[in-house]
Amino acid sequence: MSGPAGGGRAGSVLALVGNISARSLRVWQRNRDVYFVTWKTNLVPPLLEPILYLLAFGAGIGALVSEVQYRGEMIGYTTFIAPGLLATQVMFQAFFETTYNTFVRMYYQRTFDSIMTTPLTLEDVMAGELLWGASKGVIGCAVMMVALSAFGLLRYPHALVIIPFSFLAGLLFAGLGLCFTGIVPQIDSFNFPTFLFVMPMFLFSGTFFPLDVLPRWAQVLAEALPLTHVANLMREAALGRLPADLLRDLLYLAVATIPLCVAGIHLMRRRLVK
Amino acid sequence: MSPVIEARALTKRYGGLAAVDGVEFSIRAGECFGFLGPNGAGKTTTVRMIYCASPVTAGDLRVFGIEVGDRPREIKARIGVCQQEDTLDPDFSVRKNLTVFARYFGIPAARAEERSRELLEFMGLWERKDARIRELSGGMKRRLAIARALINDPDLLILDEPTTGLDPQSRHQVWDRVRGLRRQGKTILLTTHYMDEAQTLCDRLVIMDHGKILVEGPPVDLVRSRVGKEVVEVEGYPPGLVQHARQSGWTFESDTGRLFIYTDSGEAVFTVIAHQFPSERCTVRTAGLEDLFLKLTGRELRE
Repeated sequence: MSGPAGGGRAGSVLALVGNISARSLRVWQRNRDVYFVTWKTNLVPPLLEPILYLLAFGAGIGALVSEVQYRGEMIGYTTFIAPGLLATQVMFQAFFETTYNTFVRMYYQRTFDSIMTTPLTLEDVMAGELLWGASKGVIGCAVMMVALSAFGLLRYPHALVIIPFSFLAGLLFAGLGLCFTGIVPQIDSFNFPTFLFVMPMFLFSGTFFPLDVLPRWAQVLAEALPLTHVANLMREAALGRLPADLLRDLLYLAVATIPLCVAGIHLMRRRLVK
Repeated sequence: MSPVIEARALTKRYGGLAAVDGVEFSIRAGECFGFLGPNGAGKTTTVRMIYCASPVTAGDLRVFGIEVGDRPREIKARIGVCQQEDTLDPDFSVRKNLTVFARYFGIPAARAEERSRELLEFMGLWERKDARIRELSGGMKRRLAIARALINDPDLLILDEPTTGLDPQSRHQVWDRVRGLRRQGKTILLTTHYMDEAQTLCDRLVIMDHGKILVEGPPVDLVRSRVGKEVVEVEGYPPGLVQHARQSGWTFESDTGRLFIYTDSGEAVFTVIAHQFPSERCTVRTAGLEDLFLKLTGRELRE
């Protein structure tokens, strides 16, 4: 009896989107407030991670490979991986927020049960979770940018567009994470998407080496992965240029983000409303 | 005045199983209405439909005259819910739990602070306003959950098993606050499987079992009309007594070791038993909700 009459799949997508209101920002605020309760520990990963990676890859691997060929020119290896680190940071922050953390709020803390007794709809709550996941991506990225800038690895002002890019990318990975949260039987099950999907992306999306060293089929595969496009966007911006073919990457992200977010909310509705 | 909640042939099915099976009830403004029943009777499922968390399978359910599927936001803005499980935010202080919740209702920050203070004082938690949730006792957590449910000054307060798992002192504290709210004229819906709780708090109640409502009315009237004034309880009764009870036309029931005789004249029954079956342990007491409940739902173990 509840829900729209007829309309099929398109109708239910419209109803889902129609149930999202500005009140979803209240959920975002709640998560932000929790984040600030423990803000010092939250800042450790994005500040220390790049320094550790730069030490390992810069001083370690960088001693073997000081420069790599990227789009026809030679660039320093640390300059090459710095934007890759930003891209992976956004992915990890957003994906882990809407998987493990959302699962804890949903299952262990019953936070959503209590919020859904207020005027917020389930769709509001999930939209708030997605926005927060994307925001975690932005925060992680921005903090990491401070650390990377200290090494002179980002070229400003172009590098500033990394911030809005990180929001879009964050939303994509948040949506992806929410899809898994909608279906996993228990919290340990996140090992599957993490090691079958997120970790391979982390390593094979043009983050640590240029994709053109790979065989053709592997390049095609990598092109299908979202992180490849995020890394492209961030690398070009970090190098101080914004060529027109970045529109292709942006388009990929925009087109992939919307259905992932809608599917994530839908799967959470199916899981929680009984 | 139109009822606050009205249910007609309300049904909730999960697959083939009817968790709530065609129930009808209506709750008036200003009363404390109870849903009493064993675990799995369908009490929580019913209230979840009332606060729009669970879609109705069939039938009609109106809250404040609004069909629950139509405008849930509007309904939810006017109710306060204290759920069975602990859903407090462990990352926030006592006070912050209330102010964050106030935001979901769009209550301005200054008003939320003021309201939080009033509620924490009313619930006897103001001294603990800066405590973290894990530092609170079970009773304090439950009182805080009730305070949180009152943040929007709701027209209807729903308490889903508000004292389950609490020690006797904490239960009485909660009851005391609920009575206070009742005196203020708040409409309260309460689910419980405690008879004493239902008897002491509810103006009217229904007893539910297997998704159906068995009886409805004020607790005292229900006991009086369905059980009688008194119960004579005989422990370790001989078979002869059962025969005698049958012949005398008494209403009675037995479990493994005891015989319960429901009557309006306990003294007379007691005298008869004392004379004819003198060695038995026999007591007369006022009939209560528990007698009615067990009479209706049976004495076998539930899970």
